[in-house]
Amino acid sequence: MKKSIYTGLMLLLVAAIFIGCSSPAASDDEIRIGVNYELSGGVASYGQSSVDGIELAIKQVNEAGGVNGKKIKLVKYDNKSEPAEATTLANKLITQDKVVAILGPATSGSFKSEIPVAEKHKIPVVSGSATADDVTVDDSGLKEYAFRICFNDSYQGTAMANYAIEKLGKTKAVVIMDSSSDYGKGLAENFTKTFEAAGGTIVAQESYVAKDTDFNAILTSIKEKDFDVIYIPGYYEEAGLIIKQARALGIDVPILGADGFDSPDLVKLAGADALNDVYFSNHYSALDPDPAVAQFIEDFKEEYNRDPDAFNALGYDAAMFVVDGIKRAEKLDGESLKKALEETKDFQGVTGTFSIDENHNPVKEIIVIGLENGVQASVEKFGQ
Amino acid sequence: MEGKVKDLEGLLQQIVNGITLGSIYALMALGYTMVYGIIRLINFAHADIYMIGAYVGYFCMTFLKLGFFSSLIIAMLVCTLLGILIEKIAYRPLRNATRISALITAIGVSLFLEYGMMFFVSANVRTYPEMTGIMAKTMNMGSLVISMQQIILVSITIALMILLQFIVKTTKIGKAMRAVSMDKDAAELMGINVDSTISFTFGLGSALAGAAGVLVGVYYNTINPLMGVVPGLKAFIAAVFGGIGIIPGAMIGGYFIGAVEVMVAGYGGSMYRDAVVFAILILILIVKPSGLLGKNTREKV
Repeated sequence: MKKSIYTGLMLLLVAAIFIGCSSPAASDDEIRIGVNYELSGGVASYGQSSVDGIELAIKQVNEAGGVNGKKIKLVKYDNKSEPAEATTLANKLITQDKVVAILGPATSGSFKSEIPVAEKHKIPVVSGSATADDVTVDDSGLKEYAFRICFNDSYQGTAMANYAIEKLGKTKAVVIMDSSSDYGKGLAENFTKTFEAAGGTIVAQESYVAKDTDFNAILTSIKEKDFDVIYIPGYYEEAGLIIKQARALGIDVPILGADGFDSPDLVKLAGADALNDVYFSNHYSALDPDPAVAQFIEDFKEEYNRDPDAFNALGYDAAMFVVDGIKRAEKLDGESLKKALEETKDFQGVTGTFSIDENHNPVKEIIVIGLENGVQASVEKFGQ
Repeated sequence: MEGKVKDLEGLLQQIVNGITLGSIYALMALGYTMVYGIIRLINFAHADIYMIGAYVGYFCMTFLKLGFFSSLIIAMLVCTLLGILIEKIAYRPLRNATRISALITAIGVSLFLEYGMMFFVSANVRTYPEMTGIMAKTMNMGSLVISMQQIILVSITIALMILLQFIVKTTKIGKAMRAVSMDKDAAELMGINVDSTISFTFGLGSALAGAAGVLVGVYYNTINPLMGVVPGLKAFIAAVFGGIGIIPGAMIGGYFIGAVEVMVAGYGGSMYRDAVVFAILILILIVKPSGLLGKNTREKV
């Protein structure tokens, strides 16, 4: 008698374990998307901005009834701006939270470290802002499950070199590069290549590392040279200080940069007076006359009470891009979703209309923003 | 001819840059060297007291809307208290323990301050409010540019160093500091209160670090919880270069390291700037471990 009770309990326990294992996938009324972003640490402002955009997009999708009758649920984690943490979280999102896709991280380094996990489990990962060239394709071939919706660094570096020569008419450049990041090195390399090919000369190339604060020595040494434009491939934290110190030393030539300049902190670091004749390539601008952009700005302001920046827009587009893929996917699994994302044609985002090419990169235009007294004063669409 | 004038002006500008940077290293190096002189401990938390000084200054200027000088003094006071507190809680119980355990504790305190601060204020970079009035002025002499902030930074540093020399050389507590650093037990036998002398030394060193923090915040306009790490290491190298435990050595070392950094970055090797500074540390440790002003004394066994 007693024995049978034990056996019964045992069976129940075993059954419970099995049910417990399969339960996360069992919730059929929602689709889970992982969010793996830099919410603290060095580049927290990129991560937080991206996530604000993502959350707005998903809120709009759910309010409009979700996708194929299912609501979308975001599972959000903070990778602390560390690549190792990003890898761990990607594993957790896929194996424990059973997400169909992961959005983020924002920076190339962290995104790259997440990709092997995605490849292993066949779950697509999408970054809104990982711009390094070798993110989606490298020497070993295409990363099948990695996508991005922003242009890459070589495109950005090339575009700014052309901009300097064609639009500004400058031919003698100094490059001050962040040598501690792939981002800075990639931009500098492509800028230099294009600038020289188009007939310009690189008068000097200087470098610094992230977290440096004193650039007076290199600025003093370039000041004596004959140049008419400065290119700073790097992030706003140091670029802001370089611009401030350069202007204080009386260097008043135009300064060019890339999307790493796009942060409200740039003006706090450099001071509004120093930010004149500064141009940087970007994914998005609030001054863009496109009606979709105006609608996005209005919605964003209503939700967060402030103007959206490029990372907000990229986050929004990344989320909408995945939702669009889910809508078109035959089945709700990683492989079908990957196929749907690959087939994306003329997706209309707020950062431009794009299709995905064979290297999982979008084909889109670049935007060059000009600053006057610290505010965005001009916007030009450039190249295709 | 014109080229030569330009070169000379460039060199002068680099010297100005070097003196500014060197002042900060010198201020921080003094704290390392004083603490080492008195209890033979490399106080790694010193660099983080500098960071906290910068945050106190930021808080005073941004939220309490205080002026530069009052913020500087408040930051120095807070750092003094913090330095004394750290010594009481973390180092005093280990006074008679092995030197390595005190050293490891110092690293622990350093990490505690860094990540504790990160917890409270977040890892994001913060910017000091923009300076106005006299603090925002710059002077141009030919192509040579000197900002008022640089002048204030250097003059405050020099004033603090003179004050420090005065305290150490002429006051009673200064005499006690020198006595304790020579022989703790003998000093105690002579009726010197060793505990309070050590507390005072920590307080004094921390006040200087706090001042350096505020000056850096104003001058570079950016602070973050890990801002002390790299300058702390360089100030430590400055202290070793001058001869650790010797106050004038720290000043000379600070200016020397500042000058080396600027010259390396300014004349061709911005890539190798940090490498050169750390190579100097290795060289000193091989050639003359007691530093520039240090005497070669045999370690007592």
